[in-house]
Amino acid sequence: MSADWPILSAVIWLPVLGGLLVAFSGDKAPNVSRWLALVVSVLTFLLSLLLYTGFDMNTAAMQFQENIPWIESFQVNYHLGVDGISMPLIILTTFITILVVIAGWQVIQYKPSQYMAAFLIMEGVMVGVFSALDAMLFYVFWEAMLIPMFLIIGIWGGPNRVYATIKFFLYTFLGSVFMLVALIYMYFQSGSMSILDFHTLKLGLTEQILIFLAFLAAFAVKVPMWPVHTWLPDAHVEAPTGGSVILAAIMLKIGGYGFLRFSLPITPDASKELDWLIIAMSLIAVVYIGFVALVQQDMKKLIAYSSIAHMGFVTLGFFIAFIILAKPDVDSGVILGMQGGMVQMVSHGFISAAMFLCVGVLYDRMHSREIADYGGVVNTMPWFAAFMVFFAMANAGLPGTSGFVGEFMVIVASFKADFWFAFLAATTLIVGAAYTLWMVKRVVFGDIANDNVAALQDINKREALVLTSLAIAVLVLGLWPEPLVQVMDASITNLVNHIAVPKL
Amino acid sequence: MDFNASTLLFLLPEIVLLSAIAVILVLDLFLDQSKRMFTYGLSLAALVATMAAVMLGDSSSRVVMHGAYVVDAMGSVLKMALLSVGIFAFIYSRRYLADRNLFKGEFYVLGLLAILGMMIMVSAGSFLSLYLGLELLALSLYALVAFDGDSKPGSEAAMKYFVLGALASGMLLYGISMIYGATGMLDFAGVAKVIAGGQADQTVLTFGLVFVLIGIAFKFGAVPFHMWAPDVYQGAPVVVTAFLGSVPKIAAFAMAMRILAESMGGLGPEMGWQGWQGMLIILAVLSLALGNVVALVQDNIKRMLAYSTISHVGFIFLGLLAGGDKGYSAAMFYTIIYALTAVGGFGLLAIISRKGLEAEYLHDLKGLNKRSPWLAAMMLLIIFSMAGVPPTVGFFAKLFVLDALVNADLLWLALVAVFFSVIGAFYYLRVIKVIYFDKPESEEPIVANADARLAISVNGLAMLYYGIFPASLLAVCQAAIAAL
Repeated sequence: MSADWPILSAVIWLPVLGGLLVAFSGDKAPNVSRWLALVVSVLTFLLSLLLYTGFDMNTAAMQFQENIPWIESFQVNYHLGVDGISMPLIILTTFITILVVIAGWQVIQYKPSQYMAAFLIMEGVMVGVFSALDAMLFYVFWEAMLIPMFLIIGIWGGPNRVYATIKFFLYTFLGSVFMLVALIYMYFQSGSMSILDFHTLKLGLTEQILIFLAFLAAFAVKVPMWPVHTWLPDAHVEAPTGGSVILAAIMLKIGGYGFLRFSLPITPDASKELDWLIIAMSLIAVVYIGFVALVQQDMKKLIAYSSIAHMGFVTLGFFIAFIILAKPDVDSGVILGMQGGMVQMVSHGFISAAMFLCVGVLYDRMHSREIADYGGVVNTMPWFAAFMVFFAMANAGLPGTSGFVGEFMVIVASFKADFWFAFLAATTLIVGAAYTLWMVKRVVFGDIANDNVAALQDINKREALVLTSLAIAVLVLGLWPEPLVQVMDASITNLVNHIAVPKL
Repeated sequence: MDFNASTLLFLLPEIVLLSAIAVILVLDLFLDQSKRMFTYGLSLAALVATMAAVMLGDSSSRVVMHGAYVVDAMGSVLKMALLSVGIFAFIYSRRYLADRNLFKGEFYVLGLLAILGMMIMVSAGSFLSLYLGLELLALSLYALVAFDGDSKPGSEAAMKYFVLGALASGMLLYGISMIYGATGMLDFAGVAKVIAGGQADQTVLTFGLVFVLIGIAFKFGAVPFHMWAPDVYQGAPVVVTAFLGSVPKIAAFAMAMRILAESMGGLGPEMGWQGWQGMLIILAVLSLALGNVVALVQDNIKRMLAYSTISHVGFIFLGLLAGGDKGYSAAMFYTIIYALTAVGGFGLLAIISRKGLEAEYLHDLKGLNKRSPWLAAMMLLIIFSMAGVPPTVGFFAKLFVLDALVNADLLWLALVAVFFSVIGAFYYLRVIKVIYFDKPESEEPIVANADARLAISVNGLAMLYYGIFPASLLAVCQAAIAAL
């Protein structure tokens, strides 16, 4: 099905142009730029809902396609389209952006217009990443994403922001330039820049492995996978709350999305050959990084490490596919694993956003992220405590919340691959609960630790609105994941069928 | 040999510019300082008129003046590029010069003469006319670098530039003489024909090539012939640096194309390490490595940009050595875009500089976003374009070069190039860092004149425009190269 009018372009360019408008509105009347940003983000979200309502769930083909020539002598096209994998992520993006705009309403006093503008432009660019079907267009959006994020961390971040943001930029830039060379190489092999043409391109095993490694450099840094995760704790700690939310909720998902859109379908044989590597890296992320999270003193750092551990489930779910496929008698595990990875991505988008917003709420009041500075918050902020405990439970994978669904699906799928994978992955149920709940215990419960905590005010309506909408999202996805699973079912099945056939 | 006056018509752009220079030179003598704006306006008008002459002229390929002068699409495009970049450089200079009592007609006359020299280089059909244009350019630039006679670094830089430039000219002439000795020809077409016929003495020819290439590398500032660049960029007044760091690259590219591709094409990429491809690989890799690494530790922006130029030259060479229509058009695109980017970067420094304050150190840019968000945004676009981050045009310039390299089976060079681009990104980020993340040292807002403000806006937004719509300029470059 193709749209009568370019919905995807509208979802990309409305926030970008709106963002420029907000930037031009200047800081003389900060409320004007705030309201303008809110209106733009809500409109964008409503527009993106059209993608869901108009979505045909029975096909794996790209929908809402737009295709116009861009650089003709390079066969580069402005080619957009979504399938069941990218559509949920686009809606996640537009949803989270609204929350970020609201969350930054009062906190950001230094150049609020530029702050809002940066997030809106970021939103458009990220939607562009998810909907690009042309490799070069994808790359342009992919890199363009770095500029607003670089500025967000650098301008509104904490004391060590310069180090963190430059590290973030260089890390991701280094990863992605090798992907660029791989893309150019495939352009010469196929004579086309279309990602869909890359999917059917025949490549030898050595070529595939080199291309796979180039992709891995780009996506592993973004996800981030152990051992290239070190930029993330720094970036998260220094970023303003909104920046952390976007980083955790969406930018990390772009790495996972890259595996599904590029690595697996373009280089299935190399993925099969090197799946042990990804599985090992994922399990190390789940187990080792979980223990690292346990000892953190800084709340944001703790959540950052927990993000890495949770993203380990995503990559694990994607790459156990080959082991299951190699077994003669197992049928559904492959699809279950991939869907679990996808659900985990969306769910982690909600939960990590909520956790960072909770820390943001505390930080705005106390200007400290140290766990040791808190204690007994429940006495002064009961409403806040309720939200924080709920999201912490979700983060620990409590059944009934969305955090449970994805992890459970991946663990069940990995049982079909290998008992020990499942065993190691399941340790997260203990370790994850340990680090999250222990943090909550130290911060929220107990006696009031000091005078600062005693003086805390409970959350205001704006904060309550943001946290409530996330809580609803976490609950709905946890109790009734069916709509999300249905949306991506056809695309995942198609992907699994595609990678089951060697390309050699 | 009889002379046909109608061939002069093809030289109309040069004739227009030369006449304008003569008029401005004389007229300027009779103006007092308060009317100097007239000279400035007239110089811009001269450039615009020359552009009109280029545009109106017929640019289908032909050779006139007995082989000394070539008319072709590449020449016209490059002339348009260098004239428009020249206009930017002139506009940025006015306020800066006026603040320092340097607002004199000579600046514009010398600048125009340099542009005339470059136009002759661009359209040269033989080694002699090329050399003629080159010397006109070089002599004007020596004088411009020393334009602030009271500035010690400026005079020192001019002296260095002159000595090294003269040496390079000597090398070039020596090389030309060897090529003449080997082929008996001075015009590019003739040399190409003799080389293709295989009648030339290979040893003499190769020696000639080496010396000529040294001349080219010097003009570009490629490692190891780059020594002059940092000192000259830093020593010269920033408006002169804006001019000399941008426009002459276009002429140097034309020189490289005329000599390497048109006349010595027989020693081109097909010959691999036997011809000039191998030599360019060495120059390019050294330039990329040294330029990017040394730029990391510079605190003086002019000097940093000098090293950054060196690394960009490496990229231009990569395009050239990949050869073929793809490589040449990629290098042409890169050169034009680089000139436009560089003039903007230096121009912004000129705008920020005030009476008694030279904005040339990184800390002079501190907090620019607070003092003038618009100028900061323009600098952001320019710097990210230099770093090659989409959606600015610098990315596409790099992309086309990488593409040409992969096309020419030089994948390893593409990997080297992207690796050094990442290293380079660091020092560009440092500039963004001081502009956006640091607190300003003075809260004083920046007042830019309307003309400079307009020029920097056009210049900065061009980075974005060509980044989003690179196809038009690329098509122009491809058509120009295909018509060679």
